[in-house]
Amino acid sequence: MSKKIFALALAAAMSLSLLAGCGGGNTNTPATSGSAAGDGSKPAATGSVYYLNFKPEQDEAWQNLAKAYTEETGVPVTVVTAASGTYEQTLMSEIAKSTPPTLFQVNGPVGLANWKDYCYDLSGSAVYGELTSDGYALKDGDAVAGIAYVIESYGIITNKTLLAKAGYSIEDIQSFADLKKVAEDITARKDELGFAAFSSAGMDGSSDWRFKTHLANLPLYFEYQDKGIGTTDAIEGTYLDNYKAIFDLYINNSTCEPAVLSSKTGDDSRNEFLAGEAVFFQNGSWEYGNLVGEGKFTDDDLAMIPIYIGAGDEANQGLCTGTENYWCVNNSAKEEDIQATLDFMYWCVTSEKGTKAMAEDMGFVIPFKGAQESPNLFVKQDAAYTAEGKMPVSWNFPTMPSENWKNEVGNALTAYAAGTGSWDDVVSKFVDGWASEYAALNG
Amino acid sequence: MEKAIKRYWPVFVLPTLAAFIIGFVWPFLQGLYLSFCRFITIDKATFNGLTNYIYALTEADFLHSFWFTALFTVVSTLAINIAALAIALALTREIKGTNLFRSVYFMPNLIGGIVLGYIWNILLNCVLTLLGKPLMSLHAPYGFIGLVILMCWQQIGYMMIIYIAGLQSIPGDYLEAARIDGATERQILWKIKLPNLMPSITICLFLSLTNGFKLFDQNLALTGGDPAHKTEMLALNIYQTFYGRSGPQWKGYGQAKAVIFCILVIAISLFQLRATRSKEVQQ
Repeated sequence: MSKKIFALALAAAMSLSLLAGCGGGNTNTPATSGSAAGDGSKPAATGSVYYLNFKPEQDEAWQNLAKAYTEETGVPVTVVTAASGTYEQTLMSEIAKSTPPTLFQVNGPVGLANWKDYCYDLSGSAVYGELTSDGYALKDGDAVAGIAYVIESYGIITNKTLLAKAGYSIEDIQSFADLKKVAEDITARKDELGFAAFSSAGMDGSSDWRFKTHLANLPLYFEYQDKGIGTTDAIEGTYLDNYKAIFDLYINNSTCEPAVLSSKTGDDSRNEFLAGEAVFFQNGSWEYGNLVGEGKFTDDDLAMIPIYIGAGDEANQGLCTGTENYWCVNNSAKEEDIQATLDFMYWCVTSEKGTKAMAEDMGFVIPFKGAQESPNLFVKQDAAYTAEGKMPVSWNFPTMPSENWKNEVGNALTAYAAGTGSWDDVVSKFVDGWASEYAALNG
Repeated sequence: MEKAIKRYWPVFVLPTLAAFIIGFVWPFLQGLYLSFCRFITIDKATFNGLTNYIYALTEADFLHSFWFTALFTVVSTLAINIAALAIALALTREIKGTNLFRSVYFMPNLIGGIVLGYIWNILLNCVLTLLGKPLMSLHAPYGFIGLVILMCWQQIGYMMIIYIAGLQSIPGDYLEAARIDGATERQILWKIKLPNLMPSITICLFLSLTNGFKLFDQNLALTGGDPAHKTEMLALNIYQTFYGRSGPQWKGYGQAKAVIFCILVIAISLFQLRATRSKEVQQ
């Protein structure tokens, strides 16, 4: 008899642990931290915030800010950061859970198309009222579906010290022709100087967005400007010859042969730049923290210049400045969680602590009235260019039809660089691919 | 004892059965339903009829990845099994250090697919650079060869162990009798060893066929489907459809592809099992 009872007990224990295993799986959230229960002495918090962060570079800063907010108000804030390049997947699985993210982000109109059924209308919210311009709101009809929370700039980051060694200064580069002349002169004297013009245009998946997305923004921008439009479902590719010219310049005056670019990563490219092997490095203000610091560069070594492609009014061209980071509030979250999230957003962009953390710890320029000045050199430069009367190049790449379109263009670019594909393939992926992807998007 | 089992079978069966239903049957049925839907999150799915299947069966990339996978499976299955059997035959002779060799050949199998993929990616690309040839992600045939090399390197040791076990279980008197009767080594191999190895061959063929067909990690890490989906196998194609594209229709397409894929894998393994089982002999 006792054996039977023992067996029963064992079986019961086993089934219990099975059920517990299943139950635990549903409520688990990956890599959570930064949440803390409210302090007993503070008013009891209703609702909580769960922020699914897009930017791995700023994970720590967000965790700290969340902790500070919880200490101040008692509202628990959970910040989870999706691994680089997996935001959509993570969001998709998280939002189906019983405790979904209350605050998430989309990258612009195309990203919004996917998530608009989940976006809370922010039009009446306090945080919306803090925006410096209505242009930073992402609209779905009349509803405000998303709010930009950071403005970034990109261009060609230049090592001024090396440039001086080659006998030039950044004032010498005012147009595509100048850039080409300087780059080709450096390449001609590469052995004597000991460095190359451009760091490798890494076409590995970790860095090809610099070319298939960011660089591709320039031909898009000039075409949109000519036509006076903000988006289109049929691109003509009027400036693709300029795109080819700048890409040729990058790959032919680089630290490595064009054929091996497909295996070069973003880290390779940055390390070459840090090691003083190249003068130019196309990237954005978010790289500041990686480039400046102990054992790295100082502010005096660096400058960011506009990406000239030989189109438009080059004398008045500024950096590429814009955003692809929009905050959205999950409308399927609980009422009190939505309110808690709106309060948290408002606090982040208005309070002393919040704005300071966003400016200094995260290095952001935020498009809100209470913004503080960021110590980020590139951000300051963007402001200086604008003050000189130069026109910032807007970010039009969020209107690219899909991630797939970018990948196809990136593949064609890689093959072109290696000599296994032709430029015609790039043009066909760019123009025909655009039309077919838009058709699929709306289909 | 038998009476006890009769009385207490629910205690033994139900926990596992419950786990099986919760963890396997129910998600499978739900997945089947979702393959007829458009959805982003599974609680907001809308019924879509057969559209997903029509799309999946007409998409050029999916068909290409099917043929690519089929070719890869055939080539890798043959290469792995021939090599594994050859090594197993060599290592069942009385050579010094047999155990050392067996362990060394088995080791690659202990490394995960993603890690292996990245290591071989660096290795093969370096060789290609030295030879002045285009890299794997630019030239699909090299990507294919790379995948075959990688799979062979990883799987041969594992299959070898199974073949060794099979060879060792052949009774010694069979071989002795054959030798006394004057059979040559070749005759012993074809008439004695191989027929008696059929159970091992069934298992090894089954494993390498399904492994080849379901290959994902290695494919993702070694080529990632480049150039332009040319080296994308079925599993990776499904993954890219599901996660690489945004919009509710793509989730449905991916799900439909996954169901087709599942049916394919089941059909192939059943067919193969039946074909090789019929050749097995009783010892």
